[in-house]
Amino acid sequence: MIELNPFVIFIAAIFTNNMILSNFLGMCSFVAVSKEINTSLGLGQAVTFVLAGTSIINYLVYHYLLVPYNLEFLRFIIFIISIAAFVQLIEMILERYIPNLYYALGIFLPLITVNCAILGVSLFMVIRDYTFLQSFGFAVGSGLGWTLAIVALAGIRQKLKRASVPKGLEGPGITLIVTGLMALAFIGFSGIVQIS
Amino acid sequence: MSSIVISTVSLSIITALFAVLLTIADRTIGNYGQVTMTINDDKQFTVNGGSSLLSTLIEEKIFIPSACGGKGTCGYCKVQVLEGGGPVLATETPFMTEEELADNVRLSCQCKVKQDIRIQIPEELFNVKEFEATVEAIEDLTDVIKKLRFKLPEGEEISFKPGQYVQLKAPLYEGNDEEVYRAYSIASSPLEKEYIELVIGFVPEGIATTYVHHHLEVGDKVTINGPFGDFYYQDNDREMVMVAVGTGVAPILSLLNFMRSKGINRKARFYFGAKTPSDLFMLDYFKELEEDLPDFQFIPCLSRVGEEDEWDGFKGRVNNAIDEMLEEGEGKEAYLCGNEPMIDSVVKSLTEKGMPEELIYYDKF
Repeated sequence: MIELNPFVIFIAAIFTNNMILSNFLGMCSFVAVSKEINTSLGLGQAVTFVLAGTSIINYLVYHYLLVPYNLEFLRFIIFIISIAAFVQLIEMILERYIPNLYYALGIFLPLITVNCAILGVSLFMVIRDYTFLQSFGFAVGSGLGWTLAIVALAGIRQKLKRASVPKGLEGPGITLIVTGLMALAFIGFSGIVQIS
Repeated sequence: MSSIVISTVSLSIITALFAVLLTIADRTIGNYGQVTMTINDDKQFTVNGGSSLLSTLIEEKIFIPSACGGKGTCGYCKVQVLEGGGPVLATETPFMTEEELADNVRLSCQCKVKQDIRIQIPEELFNVKEFEATVEAIEDLTDVIKKLRFKLPEGEEISFKPGQYVQLKAPLYEGNDEEVYRAYSIASSPLEKEYIELVIGFVPEGIATTYVHHHLEVGDKVTINGPFGDFYYQDNDREMVMVAVGTGVAPILSLLNFMRSKGINRKARFYFGAKTPSDLFMLDYFKELEEDLPDFQFIPCLSRVGEEDEWDGFKGRVNNAIDEMLEEGEGKEAYLCGNEPMIDSVVKSLTEKGMPEELIYYDKF
């Protein structure tokens, strides 16, 4: 493994290895919750927050629980469980101590449990053998990249509302085409850094 | 072999660890201590905070109508929260009108009790009780409709207005993994306080109707709570126009049973809609009612009769029957129970005959 600076990984996760636009992970909420900039920004924040938290937990669980007992093959199921538990815990803490944030994130928090981008980040950091700092940089970068993509898409969709889209392409159809074009545009960043 | 054991055991341990962690969190972070719940400004309860308003109310034996069991999908459990409810959640807004939002109406299954709370509920909900009733008789009215008679536990009584409904709990059974409550109108007379009769049709893949039609037997215990509803008998002397299709017959039966046992002398016409002669039921019972009540007529209307059926009653839908047979709507009132298209078309026919809309009472299902 080439020793990459965590900051390089952070930048790469936002632009060149964007979770949505190069890996196509987390598409369900990406398409469903991208109608308005405000809500998609809220969801993006929640995703970033959960990504940062779960990457730490899953890093510790993987390297200090699974690896010593040769249980790496259990990582899929363990990661899912720890993500679910973490989200649940965070929900309780927010509800009690930061109710404003809780109400702002609202229904998004529980939705994130099943966002594939979260599991994707945990699996990538293990497959690519990242160190702790690299994993953290990768997770936060991926979250911000995901936010960037969904907010950009929401901006485009707000404009699209005024366009006359062919009947059969309304809704998810045109959204997926727009996503494809955005992914093509993001290829332009690929010269900056490469991490995979 | 050993790897299977190791992975199973370690997976269980890790899952258990998370479960313990969450349980501790629930006991500490999720514990809001004791709070005061004030209902209608005169009743105070000291309750444990942290659970939903709906389950807190059920703990105090106050039953709010709810069909989905608190999952936020039916939108029935609306309660006015005057203080201490927190902001409206995104899971509630789809069920709310603008007036309700302005009136601080909340879905009680979504709104959590975390601090002292002040709520407003209709007085009659205090009358709602939960019963462990026993099935006393099951009678097939048609292939798809059953009439059930339930006996309330010894010493317990239900008081309701004729036309109101109760909720029947469908428990877990093979093929069903969720508990739900479903609403059914009471068919028996309110003067019979120890019994409830329900008329329940079979809906393919319906959770509660499958339970009733395929699992329930005489002697079984069921959970029923009630009464609910603002569709009920109005005490006055106006002529009554009653319209029902299918199992919508239940509240009308309750009205008629009530009028018979009270000896009420009001002119009443009951238009009952069905498709074919085999969909009709309890014809002898309605004959009896016609004899016992001073001025009652049962008018079955069949929409799909052929020559071979030898049907000499009304041919057509109930709204056609009203168009043809009702002379005028003024000075009369109507009780309708059935599906939405039927109610909509009958309301249209009645208003065209001059019946004011506020005198048309209906129960849509």
